Amino acid sequence: MKNLHLIHVAGLCLAASAASAEVPELVVYTYDSFITEWGPGPAVKAAFEAECGCELTFVGAGDGAALMARIQLEGARSDADIVLGLDTNLTEQARATGLFAAHGMTPELDLPVAWDDAEFLPYDWGFFAFVGNAGTELPHDFASLAASELKIAIQDPRSSTPGLGLLMWVQAAYGDGAADMWEALSDNILTVTPGWSEAYGLFLEGEADLVLSYTTSPAYHILAEEDDSKVAVIFDEGHYMQVEVAGILAASDQPELAAQFMAFMVGPAFQSIIPQTNWMYPAVLPEAGLPDAFANPVAAENALLFAADEAAQMRADVIEAWRTALSK
Amino acid sequence: MAHSAFKIAQVSRWPAPLASALVLALTLGPLAALAVVAAGSSAGFSPADWAALRFTLSQALVSAGLSVLLAVPLARALARRAFWGRKALISVLGAPFILPVIVAVFGLLAVFGRAGLLNSGLAYLGLPTVSIYGFHGVVLAHVFFNLPLATRLLLQGWAAIPAERFRLAASLNLPVWRYLEWPMLRNAVPGAALVIFLICLTSFAVALTLGGGPKSTTLELAIYQALRFEFDLGKAALLAGLQFFICAIALFLSRSITLPDALSGGFDRPVQRWDRGLSRWVDAVVITAGALFLIIPLAMVLLRGLPGLAEMPASVWGAALRSVFIALCSAALCLSLALAMSFQRNTLTALSGALPLAASSLVTGTGLFILVFQFISPGAVTLPIVIVVNAVVALPFAHRIIAPAMEQAEIQYGKLASALGLSGWARLRIVLLPRLRGPLGFAAGLVAAMSMGDLGVIALFASENQATLPLLMARLIGAYKMQAAAGVGLVLVVLSFGLFWIFDRGGRSHRVGA
Repeated sequence: MKNLHLIHVAGLCLAASAASAEVPELVVYTYDSFITEWGPGPAVKAAFEAECGCELTFVGAGDGAALMARIQLEGARSDADIVLGLDTNLTEQARATGLFAAHGMTPELDLPVAWDDAEFLPYDWGFFAFVGNAGTELPHDFASLAASELKIAIQDPRSSTPGLGLLMWVQAAYGDGAADMWEALSDNILTVTPGWSEAYGLFLEGEADLVLSYTTSPAYHILAEEDDSKVAVIFDEGHYMQVEVAGILAASDQPELAAQFMAFMVGPAFQSIIPQTNWMYPAVLPEAGLPDAFANPVAAENALLFAADEAAQMRADVIEAWRTALSK
Repeated sequence: MAHSAFKIAQVSRWPAPLASALVLALTLGPLAALAVVAAGSSAGFSPADWAALRFTLSQALVSAGLSVLLAVPLARALARRAFWGRKALISVLGAPFILPVIVAVFGLLAVFGRAGLLNSGLAYLGLPTVSIYGFHGVVLAHVFFNLPLATRLLLQGWAAIPAERFRLAASLNLPVWRYLEWPMLRNAVPGAALVIFLICLTSFAVALTLGGGPKSTTLELAIYQALRFEFDLGKAALLAGLQFFICAIALFLSRSITLPDALSGGFDRPVQRWDRGLSRWVDAVVITAGALFLIIPLAMVLLRGLPGLAEMPASVWGAALRSVFIALCSAALCLSLALAMSFQRNTLTALSGALPLAASSLVTGTGLFILVFQFISPGAVTLPIVIVVNAVVALPFAHRIIAPAMEQAEIQYGKLASALGLSGWARLRIVLLPRLRGPLGFAAGLVAAMSMGDLGVIALFASENQATLPLLMARLIGAYKMQAAAGVGLVLVVLSFGLFWIFDRGGRSHRVGA
């Protein structure tokens, strides 16, 4: 084992001497779709590097849940300075690792709910919603969906963050009646897919009438494809939120640069990139406003969201109740 | 066990155990790494895990049984009929097996789905429609994937029966089925069924997407849940260990019902068959039905992909090059290991030739990540890791194809080679390898194509500029770009099949039969 440590130390020394000769590097771990050429990554990198005199490196690690696992695997030895891309279903677990430092910021945010979290700062958010085809029969709440013949494609809460979001949504809307609602919905479920991609594919192929996605999904089709045939179905019970956050790692070797990035993240340059690359609502509305396709159809009093600790506590029970109700 | 051990005479005895040990280390090492890191966690099985185990076993058993059952008449018909386009048909039949899962699923849905050809036809005729989602849908998809593999494995068995046998049987007017084909099948079927059972054991996306709900949950999903949302490494290691345990039991069972096969050789004449009468029509129906079942979904994949070709990002060509490079390296490594392992047959080579099939790719990826992270940033060694993992994952297929052929070549020509004093490399080069041309070509094509299409562990390691075609496809779908993704899927399928075809035909070009 001693040899292993020696090799490791030698490697660190090499890396350190190479880095000190160049501009400082800020390493941001995020989910895969953030760093693709269609995602926010390239534009964010260019904008931040223009003002920081540093190099911004994005490292992609699968989706949000895989990102969380990666942070836990690497622990305090991680190269990451910032983790960007956890959602409120994961933040409690992230906090419990003790790996994150306080961000110390209180920016003005345009979220439908109050935000107060010492470690994690939101950069965008969305409402979960079923997306369907315009001009077809559409439900107006879970009860009318359950009473209809419509077929929905949803994601598995055990492998997908939107899937877990749907369970939280039904739980927030129905509480103790959630299991009954799932039983009523069971004959509407076409299938349960491992991730968002398969479910959305099933919908686009005409296999499913509705798919669990976001209220902002139709904006993609309108703005990128000039196709206004897809609509988000608005439910009377309200809509559960997904808030995507970033946090600074306590072991970061660039704490000042990391703090600068967090401030940049809620600033106009970063925020104006988000809507049409990540297809979510920005955490801070740009002064020029958003394209019409991003008009928010859900009133603030209809925004549903469990506090991070509550969500973490109820996760196992909610999943088990869902599984039992659908296995009957 | 019904099988006695076997080894090739006068060849170094080290390659086989060394290659086997390497494969076992790469298969079980990541699991061990997980278990060590997790030491102290008190993981147990929940009712949901037992339900997942029951579903996993039942769908894998039914899928494997049905695939082999249907492969017997199809392989038999292909083996004993000569017709125009037979070689091309046999090549095309290999395609479903090498398709990326998501591409194949959408190809199947275009035929059997709610909005697919079948239901559109039924609705047009005023008949009730059928749903693909559920247990039967999972089995249908697994048969679609694995029927071609089973058919090819059995065809290889037929091709190994020397032509002289058929002449003898014809001149004595003996039933070919009872004296030649049945004994061959007794030998080949358990192995083929085992491979398919193990493939279905770790099925994840197919079972979930077509399963219709949480009733259709496999163990692999439980591993996903444990590793990703719960970060319970101990639980993940326990579940992955359970998959290996099932694999070992299945291997033992299949070996105990396999009959040893000790045919003497022939002169490699083209096989001539004298089966006539009604069986010709039966074979024609079987071949047509099998071809339609496998080819129509493939055609739908091509049709879906064509409009997307124009929308592909420029990065597709870099990804394509990276994918082909990975595929060729994986195939070379995999074939070297499989060849070395086939010098001997004993419990060690049998285990290392089967266990990789039961490995959970998420556990393998995570375990390797833990191991590599001790020394170096995992992103710096993405390509070597992907090459090694793909080679080990595909090893059971290469081994299953090469080892029996090697054994037969040794049984048939080994005594002569020994009498002539051929040992070591010369024995391999002059006597054995030329007789393995067909199996080697088939195995190389299969491994290369599988490696092309496998998303595998790359998602855990790759940075932005290291995407392969499957990863690029996944990223496009994740960004709503389904059309472009279908285009990339088409490029992937064409390249995979191209590699498969080149190797497979290269191997078959000198021989008549499969």
